[in-house]
Amino acid sequence: MIPKEKPVIVTGKEARFSPIARPEKRRRKSTFQWGLATVLTLLGLCFLLPFFWMVLSSVKTDAEILALPLTIWPKELTFEHYVNLFVNLNFLTYLKNTLLIVLASFFGLLLTAMAGYGFAKFRFKGSKLLFIGVLATMMIPGQVTMIPVYLMLNQMGLTNTMTGIVLPGLVGAFGVFLFRQFMTTIPDELLEASRLDGASEWRIFFSIVLPMSKPILAVQGILTFIGAWNSFLWPLIIANDESLYTLSVGLALLQGQHGGNYGLQMAGATFMVIPIIIIFMIFQKYIIEGYNISGMK
Amino acid sequence: MRRLLNHQAPYLFIAPTIILLFLFSITPLFVAVVMSFTNMDLAGIANYANIEWIGITNYLEIFKDEVFLKALTNTVFYVILGVPLVITLSLSIAIAINFGRGKVFEWFRVVFYMPSITNVVAVAVVWGFLFNPQYGLFNFILNAIHLPDVPWLQDPLVAKLSLILLALWRAVGINMIIFLAALQGIPRTYYEAAALDGASTFQQMFKITIPLLRYAIFFVTVTTLIGWIQFFEEPFIMTEGGPLNSTTSLALFIYQNGFQLSNFGYAAAGSVVLFVLIITVTLIQFRVQKNDNPY
Repeated sequence: MIPKEKPVIVTGKEARFSPIARPEKRRRKSTFQWGLATVLTLLGLCFLLPFFWMVLSSVKTDAEILALPLTIWPKELTFEHYVNLFVNLNFLTYLKNTLLIVLASFFGLLLTAMAGYGFAKFRFKGSKLLFIGVLATMMIPGQVTMIPVYLMLNQMGLTNTMTGIVLPGLVGAFGVFLFRQFMTTIPDELLEASRLDGASEWRIFFSIVLPMSKPILAVQGILTFIGAWNSFLWPLIIANDESLYTLSVGLALLQGQHGGNYGLQMAGATFMVIPIIIIFMIFQKYIIEGYNISGMK
Repeated sequence: MRRLLNHQAPYLFIAPTIILLFLFSITPLFVAVVMSFTNMDLAGIANYANIEWIGITNYLEIFKDEVFLKALTNTVFYVILGVPLVITLSLSIAIAINFGRGKVFEWFRVVFYMPSITNVVAVAVVWGFLFNPQYGLFNFILNAIHLPDVPWLQDPLVAKLSLILLALWRAVGINMIIFLAALQGIPRTYYEAAALDGASTFQQMFKITIPLLRYAIFFVTVTTLIGWIQFFEEPFIMTEGGPLNSTTSLALFIYQNGFQLSNFGYAAAGSVVLFVLIITVTLIQFRVQKNDNPY
């Protein structure tokens, strides 16, 4: 990524485009910047509108939500919907299950990193062919494998278990690809030197390769967290028992059973969305830079 | 033992991933193809003796199935409208952000990316409320500027458009980020040289920026196209395919036949059709890209 604040002669864009920045041209550019910012702000507000409405509605009383005409700001602040989620509904169980899935997916991330390293730094019989095979699995749509995987898990007696929920999605080809791309850049000499010093392959992986892969681990870690936190379809298919539901499945159930109770629904949605937004705000730099690492240029 | 571990290291590193992908990605693909030639259903799961080999009957039937044909046309509708909308909107936003100087433009990246990372169920629940004919915000805003109510999810055609609107809102962010990364990879010297030769900003955009974004545009087109052919979650949560199957997509058809009606063989045939469709469209794309490369 090109640093934005490069120490060039004139601030602003005209420095890039014309050798001599005339004053009236600079003014035009500045108007252009303001216009751009205004258009983006208006569009951005439209994009944020659902989030605002979700949070605002979640703290309104039921009576206020169903009163016409609609009010924008809550007249009376209430947190009863949030309390209801945990007291009268099983959101605590759903939260626990979701966190378990997050934990398992981090184990999957480790397996993915291992595979990426295996493909990046070793030449062995069939390595090329296997890697192409791994990449080819990206072409297979989820809808095709969905039913067979369900029947296979059913055969193994894994339906309605946590293992059945996490196992099929534990590793992904795209993750392997990204790890491999990144780890190829680790110098071979470094690994050779450690081998000469008598370090085992596992030690090299855990104490040299993984620490050096921090940037890609950060990106993949955040994306893995988001994916696991949001996991919906597979838990829905595999879990028959409410005690195995995740937050998303629970929220879908809530929508089905309390269709008219919008305050409760909005509180559930807010509870799912806000943690992700906070995590994203903190780590957004890594995620966005991550796309540069992945070589999408 | 340790020697062995070291010697076998590469295989041990990749083994878990290879086994999992083989088990849950490659095997199921073949199982799906085999299943599509059988009449596998609930009785078939209970006792394999009940499964019969019925040849291409499923395929013959599926192309006579009105719901399937409806799902197919709906999916084509989603793709034709959705893909160009996603690409133009995300590319325009990326170019606008890239033109901007200053901290505030970095925040726009966050704002537009946010819908991409939020949970689809939560999003559908919130949009369902926004679309509500009586208490929804959208109709409230329309009424406030003296426009009539819109039957967001009640009218067959409008419901499709509403789902596209929601999917567009969710899809713009990720593609915008990809375009931004590509934009920042274009060397500044190109623009400086063009400016010296007297090229206007507009000319620079269409003679430098867009051509150099070819690879990114191609990548986004392929992934977006594949994504929209598999359009599923929005109709699944918001409308369950209604009203009158007007929003059912191919993927939703497969899900409903497989998990709600337990016609596993029939659903598998549908999924094979979907797979063939995706592969064909992708191959055509690569062909077009190959022939159309002046650089």
